[in-house]
Amino acid sequence: MESDPKTLCFGEDVAFGGVFMCSRGLLDRFGRARVFNTPLSEQGIVGFAIGAAAEGYSPIAEIQFADYIFPAFDQITNEAAKYRYRSGGVYDVGGLTIRAPYGAVGHGGHYHSQSPEAFFTHIPGVKVVMPSGPREAKGLLLAAIREPDPVIFFEAKMLYRTAVEEVPEGDFMLPLGKARIAQAGTDITLVGWGQQVRVLELAAKEVAERDGISCEVIDLRTLVPWDIDTVAASVNKTGRLLVSHEAPLSSGFGAEVVSRITDRCFYALEAPPVRVCGYDIPFPLVYEPLYLPTARRVADAVRHTLQHS
Amino acid sequence: MLALAGGALRASLGARALAAGGASLRGYGTTLGVEGDVLTAEVNPFKTHRIDPPSTTVSATKAELLQYFRDLYRLRRMEISADMLYKAKAIRGFCHLYDGQEAVIVGLEAALNHKDSIITSYRDHATHVMRGGTVLEVIAELMGRTKGASKGKGGSMHMYRRQTNFFGGQGIVGAQVPLGAGLALAHQYKGEGGVAVAMYGDGAANQGQIFESFNMAALWDLPCIFVCENNHYGMGTAEWRAAKSPAFYTRGDYMPGMNCDGMDVLAVRQAFAYAKEYAVANGPIVLEMDTYRCPIVLEMDTYRYHGHSMSDPGSTYRTRDEISSIRQQRDPIEHVRKLLVDNGLAEASELKAIEKEVKAEIDGAIEEAKAAAHPEAKELWTNIYQDDLGMTLRGIESNHKHKYA
Repeated sequence: MESDPKTLCFGEDVAFGGVFMCSRGLLDRFGRARVFNTPLSEQGIVGFAIGAAAEGYSPIAEIQFADYIFPAFDQITNEAAKYRYRSGGVYDVGGLTIRAPYGAVGHGGHYHSQSPEAFFTHIPGVKVVMPSGPREAKGLLLAAIREPDPVIFFEAKMLYRTAVEEVPEGDFMLPLGKARIAQAGTDITLVGWGQQVRVLELAAKEVAERDGISCEVIDLRTLVPWDIDTVAASVNKTGRLLVSHEAPLSSGFGAEVVSRITDRCFYALEAPPVRVCGYDIPFPLVYEPLYLPTARRVADAVRHTLQHS
Repeated sequence: MLALAGGALRASLGARALAAGGASLRGYGTTLGVEGDVLTAEVNPFKTHRIDPPSTTVSATKAELLQYFRDLYRLRRMEISADMLYKAKAIRGFCHLYDGQEAVIVGLEAALNHKDSIITSYRDHATHVMRGGTVLEVIAELMGRTKGASKGKGGSMHMYRRQTNFFGGQGIVGAQVPLGAGLALAHQYKGEGGVAVAMYGDGAANQGQIFESFNMAALWDLPCIFVCENNHYGMGTAEWRAAKSPAFYTRGDYMPGMNCDGMDVLAVRQAFAYAKEYAVANGPIVLEMDTYRCPIVLEMDTYRYHGHSMSDPGSTYRTRDEISSIRQQRDPIEHVRKLLVDNGLAEASELKAIEKEVKAEIDGAIEEAKAAAHPEAKELWTNIYQDDLGMTLRGIESNHKHKYA
C-alpha cells in the first residue's frame, strides 16, 4: 500500500482490523479513502472490487470467512475470470486480490471451517494461492497483490493464532506457481498446501522416527497454476505419492494432482497414489477431530503405501 | 370458493395485462416554438422520488436534432442489419437487439462525455457505437471476426472500448451493477467530476446484487447513475408479473430517483444532465428510462418483431396491437423526424439523404466484416492470464501438436 497509492483494502470490519486483525493499523496509516468497511454483502463487495480493478486500481477485498464467498461466486467466475478474455485484452482486472480465511480451527462448525479452494481451481482466469505459514503468507500475498491477474488468496485460519515464525522485513515477495520443498526425502512424496503442510510435516516426523521412512514434503503454495514439474520430479525419485487436504475427498484438488502425476510419472510409480482428505460430509462441529486428515491418518496411509513393493 | 378466487385472480391479471404490461402511450410531448435554428419543446413530465424534477421545457438546435436523427437511425439500421445477418446465419450465438430503445443511449451521450464511464448489460451494440466505436466493430464482433470490438472473442454481449471508458457488455443479468459502483469509486477517488453509469433492465432490477450496489453507493456517496432501462418485459415476463413495485425509480428507497420518457431523446438528455449534476454533487441516483422495446423494422408491411433475443419471436406475451401502437405514437426516430420536418428545420428529403448515407455506411461495414479474418486458433488460449500458462492444442492428425505461449 505504501508503494502503490492505487492499492485499496476493504471488507467487512476491515477498517477495525478485521476479525483476525489482519488489517490492524492500516486505516491509521493509509486513511479512510483507501481502507474501509463494507456492508455484509459479499456479491456486492467482489463486484465493486472488480469495477475498481477494471479502472486500474489494486483492490484487496476481504471475504470474512471463505465459507461466505459463495454469494460472490458468480462475480468471480463470470465477471473477474473472464474480463480479459471476453474483451480480447481491452480490459483486465489483474489488480484484484480476494483474501479469505479458510479451514478448520477446532470449533468452527459448518460455516467457519470449510476449504473451498477446489471450486476456484476450475475457473481459468483466476489464480489460487494458499500460503502455509507467516513467512510464506507475506511473500505470496505481496506477489498476489502485484500479480497482473486476479488472485484468490486463502489464508490458513488455524495458523493466525498458532504459527510463530521469523518474517523478512520490508518488501519481500515469493514467486507464484513455484512449489516449495518443505522437507527433502527419498521414500514418498507428500503434497499439501496451506495449513495442511504442517500436518504433513508432523506425519513425516512420526514415520521417520518410528518407521525409518523418509518423506519428501512439498508445499504447493499455488494451486492455479500449480508446479507440476517439481512434484513430478519428486515422484520420479520416490516412486510414491500422497496428497492431503482438509476439503472433502471427492472432486478435491488432490484428484487433479493424482491424475496429472499418474499421467506424467506412471512408469515411476511403485504404489497407487493415495489421497488423505476430509470425508464427503458437511464440515462437522463436535466431530471435527474425526473429520480432519490428521497427522495420524497421514502417517497410517504412508505406512500402508510403503507396504506395496 | 376456490374457483371463485381463481376467477377473481384471472380477472385481475387480465385487466392488468390490458394495460400494455406497463408501457404507456403518452405520445411525443409538445413543441412550444422555433426561434432561428433553436427549437423549444415541452417533454413529457418526469416522475421523481425524493428529488425535485428538472424543467420539462427543453431546447435543441437544428444541428443537434440532425445529429440525433443520424445517431438514432444509424443504431436502428445497424440492429435491423444484425437481425438479417442472424437470420442468414452469418451471426451465431446470442444476439440481443436494441431497436426501439435508441433514444436512451443517444440522449445519454448528448448529456455526458467520454470521461464518464459506462457499464451495461448484454444489450450493448448501440452503447459501443455511441461510445465512439464503429458499426464495423459491432458487426465484425457479432460475426466473430478479428476486426470486432473484442477481436472476435467476445461476441454480441461483449463489446468494450477502453479509450472512451466503455466497460462493456456483461452476460449475466444484473452482474454489471456492482461493477458500476466500483467504477464510481474510481471517479470519486480521482475527483475530476466524472460519473459512472450502471445500466440494467427491468428484469435485472429484481436481482439482489442491485440492492447491495445501491447500499454501498449511497453509503459512500459515490458519483454513480444507476439506469433502469425499463422496456417492460424481462424476457417474456411483463414487469408487473415480476416486480411487486414496477416503479423502478423508487426502488433505491433512500436514494433519489427519476422516471423519464426514454423514447424521447430530448427528455433523456435533460434527465442525464440533471442526474450527472446531482450525482457529482450529492452521490448516486436512480434513473428509470421508461422505454418500450419497439421491435419493428422500418418497413411496416412485416409482422416480424424482435423479442428478448433472436430465439424469442416477441409476440407470445404481448399483442401485436400493443407493439404497433407504440411504434406509431412513440417511436424515437419518427419523433425527431417530426420535430425537424413539422417545424420547418429540415426537409424530408434532407433526412432521406442522411438515411441513405447511413445505409451505405452499414452496408460497407457488413461487407468489410464478412471479408475480415476469424481469430487465429491460438486466440483460444490468449487473454486468459497476462502470461498464458502454456497449453497444447491437438491438430487434425493426432500427432499434430500446436503449442502456444
